[in-house]
Amino acid sequence: MLEIEIDGKKLTVPQGSTIMDAAHSVGTYIPHFCYHKKLSIAANCRMCLVEVEKAPKPLPACATPVTDGMRVHTHSDLAVKAQQGVMEFLLINHPLDCPICDQGGECQLQDIAVGYGGGSSRYQEEKRSVPGKDMGPLVSAEEMSRCIHCTRCVRFTEEIGGFQEIGMANRGEFSEILPFLGKTVDSEISGNVIDLCPVGALTSKPFRYSARSWELSRRKSVAPHDGLGSNLIVQVYNHKVMRVLPLENEAINECWLSDRDRFSYEALNSDARLTRPMIKHDGKWHETDWQTALDYVVKGLTGVSAQHGKDAIGVLAGAGATTEELYLLQKLARAFGVNNIDHRLRQRDFAADEGQTGALWLGSTIAEMASANAVLVVGSTQRHEQPLLAARLRQAVKKGAELNLIHVADDELLTRVNAKLIVAPQALADGLAQVLKAVAELKGASANLDLSGVTVYDEARRIAESLVRAETASVVLGSVAQHSPVFSQLLAIGGEIARLSGAHFGVFSEAANSVGAQFVGALPRRGFAGAAVTAGLNAAEMIAAPRKAYVLWGVEPEADCHDGQAAVAAMKAAETVIAFTAFKGDGLLDYADVLLPTAPFTETAGSFVNMEGKLQTFNGVVRPLGETRPGWKVLRVLGNLLSLQGFEQNTVEDVRAEFVGPFGDGAAKLSNAVSGVALDKPAVTGLVRVGEVPMYHVDAIVRRAPSLQATVHAKAPVASANPAVLAAAGLADGELAVVRQGACEVRVPVKADAGLPEGVLRLAAAHPATVGLGGLFDPIELKRG
Amino acid sequence: MLSAESLAKIDREVAKYPADQKRSATMSALRIAQQEKGWLATETIEFVANYLGIPPVAAYEVATFYNMYDLKPVGKHKLTVCTNLPCALSGGYDAADYLKQKLGIDFGETSADGRFTLVEGECMGACGDAPVMLLNNHSMCSFMTREAIDKKLAELE
Ligand code: SF4
Ligand code: FES
Ligand code: FES
Repeated sequence: MLEIEIDGKKLTVPQGSTIMDAAHSVGTYIPHFCYHKKLSIAANCRMCLVEVEKAPKPLPACATPVTDGMRVHTHSDLAVKAQQGVMEFLLINHPLDCPICDQGGECQLQDIAVGYGGGSSRYQEEKRSVPGKDMGPLVSAEEMSRCIHCTRCVRFTEEIGGFQEIGMANRGEFSEILPFLGKTVDSEISGNVIDLCPVGALTSKPFRYSARSWELSRRKSVAPHDGLGSNLIVQVYNHKVMRVLPLENEAINECWLSDRDRFSYEALNSDARLTRPMIKHDGKWHETDWQTALDYVVKGLTGVSAQHGKDAIGVLAGAGATTEELYLLQKLARAFGVNNIDHRLRQRDFAADEGQTGALWLGSTIAEMASANAVLVVGSTQRHEQPLLAARLRQAVKKGAELNLIHVADDELLTRVNAKLIVAPQALADGLAQVLKAVAELKGASANLDLSGVTVYDEARRIAESLVRAETASVVLGSVAQHSPVFSQLLAIGGEIARLSGAHFGVFSEAANSVGAQFVGALPRRGFAGAAVTAGLNAAEMIAAPRKAYVLWGVEPEADCHDGQAAVAAMKAAETVIAFTAFKGDGLLDYADVLLPTAPFTETAGSFVNMEGKLQTFNGVVRPLGETRPGWKVLRVLGNLLSLQGFEQNTVEDVRAEFVGPFGDGAAKLSNAVSGVALDKPAVTGLVRVGEVPMYHVDAIVRRAPSLQATVHAKAPVASANPAVLAAAGLADGELAVVRQGACEVRVPVKADAGLPEGVLRLAAAHPATVGLGGLFDPIELKRG
Repeated sequence: MLSAESLAKIDREVAKYPADQKRSATMSALRIAQQEKGWLATETIEFVANYLGIPPVAAYEVATFYNMYDLKPVGKHKLTVCTNLPCALSGGYDAADYLKQKLGIDFGETSADGRFTLVEGECMGACGDAPVMLLNNHSMCSFMTREAIDKKLAELE
C-alpha cells in the first residue's frame, strides 16, 4: 500500500493504482475524456492533467502510477491552467453546433467546457470539417467533425467487442474515425460506443432528433431478451419509450448492454402492437372490449373442457413473461384442472423431467463463471445467444482463463479457444461423455454413468485436463444444447463432470425468465416451488398430440416452438386458440380465435429471475398502450370469471408475496441435478438440421424492432454445410438450393463452411424465410434448386 | 490477389516475429503488396489484413499514416521531391519547379501518359546530398540539379 495525498486529503492506495484510480476512491473528480475504467489507458486527450509535486510539468492522472508520498493537486494554478489549455485546444476544431447536436445536455465536452474551459475562444481560423461515415443501422456517425479523437470507440471494438471494427485513419492533423471502407460496424454489442463517445459524434440512429435528454424521465427496468437480466434505464417521454440505456450493475451487465436489449424498444411503439381485444367471427376479426373478450375466453375454455375434458386444453407460455404472470397462469390452469402447461417451447428432449428436482440455472453467479480458470461451453453460439456473456468470457480469456468448447459449428468467437470438439447435434452427448471419461481417468474416480462405449479422443482429453487442472471451473450448456435431442444426457453427464472435477455446472438460461418459469411451476411435472402435481403434457407432447384448445401466453408458435411446422398445424386443427399477446402477429391472426392485448415488460410491473437465480423486480415505465392490460390483472380477472379460488390479489405485490416467500433467496430451489438418464447415441441417417435461433428473432419484441431487423444479423438465412455435404448434393457454394422438412420446402442459397461437421445442414429458424420448416435439430433434405 | 512470389516475401517478413504477433509484419506486407500492385487499393489492404489475420481497419490505419503508401493509382515513376529546409535552401524548390515545368504536372498529379507522378516529400535524412529526390519510394537520387534531373529522366522509360 502506498500513502499519498490528493488536494490535501491523505489516503492509502494499492501498488499499481493510477492517480485517477486514487482520486476516484476518495470521490475527487478529475475531468477526463479518453479514460474509461473498462478500457485500456490511451492518455491521448490530456484533459486529466494534474499537478504532482516535484514533477516538472503537469501529468495525466489516468496514466500516471502513484508512488509513495506523492502529493497531487487537482485544482492548483498549474493544474487549472493546464486543464484550460487542453480545453481550448480540444475546442479549436469542435463545431459550435450544440443547439442542433443530439448529445446536447448529456455531452461530456459541453459539461467539462463549462466547468474547466474559458468563456470565449481566441481561435479565429477556419475549423476543420470531417465527412460523416456509415456505421450501419444502429450507430450514427453523421457528424464526425465533433469527434475529439479520444479513441474510446476504437478501443471498445478491439478490447470488449473482440474485433477492431473502428479505426483512426490519417493520423495527424487529418485524423478521422471510421469503419473499414465499405463496412458497417456489426458487433452484437456495438451500441455501447454511443454511450462511450463523450461527444455527439457517435449517436443512436433510431433515437436521433426525437427528444432532448433533459425532457426524458429515467426509469429502471430489466432486459427481457436473454437470461442475463441486464439492468436498464428506460427513458420515457409522454408515455412513450424513447430509448434504453444500461444501468450499471457490475455483477450482471457491468456497464454494457447488448444491441438487442438497447434497440428492441422500437417494437413497443410500432404499428404491430395489438391495442384492443379482438375476436374472430366467421373468419373475420372484430375489435371488442375486454368484458366480451374475456367472456369469450371463459366460454371457450368451459366449452372445450365440458365436451372433451380438461386434458384437451394445452397452455404454452413464453419464458419472457414476468414471474407474476407465470405464477398466476399455472395457478389458474391447475385450479381449472388443466395440467398441460409448459414454457420450454424450443426444447426437444424431456427425458430428464422426471428425475429433476429444481430449476435449471447457471450453477454459479455470473461473476463466478467469468472468473473461473477454465470454462467449458457446450452447444452455445455464445455471441448470438448471450452477447454480453460472450464478451465477459472474452475478458476472462484475456485474464488467463481457458475457454473450451463442444459445439455444432466452429464459429468465430473472437477469442482464444483452448480446445474444441465440433460435432453433429446428436453427438454432443458423446463429446461431453468423452470429457467425463477423461476427467474420471485423471481423477482416478468412476462416473455413475456407463461410459464403456465411449472412446476418448485427444481434444476431449485436453478439455478434461483443462477442467481438472483449473482451480475453479465451470461447465455450461447453451441454447443449442438445450434444444438438442440429447439435452437430458448432457445434463446427466455435465453433472457427473461437476461432481468429479469440482467444477460448477449449469445452463445459460435462454429467456429472461426461464428460471422464474421453472420455479413457479410453469411446467407439466412440477408445480409451484417444486410441488408434486398430476403430470401433464410437455410442450412437445402438446404439439405432437394436438389439443382441442390452446392458451398462448406471449407465444408465436411458428417461431417460438421447436417444430414450428407441427406447432402451426396443431393450432390450425384446434377448436379454439386463445392468445394473450402484445402484438398482432400474422400467425396469430391466421389461427387464433381471440387476441387479448397483454402488456410487454415496459407496461407492467413484474419480475424476472435471471440465470444466476436472482429475482429482479421492476415497475411499468409507461402507461399500457391502448386497451392493453398488465398480464397479472388479466389473469386475476379471468380466475374470478372462472370462479376459481385464490385470485383476490389487489396489487402486483400481493401476487409476488405468494411466491417470494417460498422462493426465499432462491438458492434452495435451484438445481441442475438429474437422475435416471442413461447414455444412448441416437441413430441418425441422412442430414440433420442445425437450427439455431438468430439473435434478432428470439422473441416477439425483437422480431419487430425495425433497426435491429435492418442489421446484417437479421438477414435472410443461408443454408451452410460442409463442402463435402454440398458436393454430395451436387451443389456449389452460393447456388440456390431447395431444403425440405416435412411438407415445407424453401429455396435458400447454400454456403460452404468447412467448420461444420459432416451430416449437418445449418439453417437458422424463426426467420420469416424459414418459419414453415420443421424441428430445429430434425432431419432435413437438401437438393438442387 | 497477390502473386505467389509476393506472398512468399510476406511470409518471410511474418517469420521474423512471434507467431501470435503477425501484426508486426503489417508495414512490410503492405510495402510488398504495393510493389506488386503499384498502389494500395482498399481490396489490397483488406487482402493483406486477412492474410495476416488482423482487422482490415487496423491495416488501413497503417496505410493512411505513412505517405509512402499510395492509396490512389500513381504513374509508372513516382518522383518525390524533398522540400524540407536543408533541401529547400539548396535548390529543392528549384528542382521541383523544373520537374513541374518539364513534366507539365503539379505536385500530387500524374502526367497524361501515365508515366510520371510528382509528389512533395519530407526530409529523407539525406540532407547532405541536398536537394534530393526519391524514385519509386526505393531509390534515392542525390544532388538534383537541372542537369541531373535531365539525365535521370532520360534514363527512365
Ligand atoms: S467518435 Fe467519439 S468515442 Fe470515437 S474517438 Fe471520436 S470522440 Fe472518441
Ligand atoms: S483522460 Fe487522461 S489523457 Fe485522457
Ligand atoms: S531536408 Fe531534404 S533530405 Fe533532409
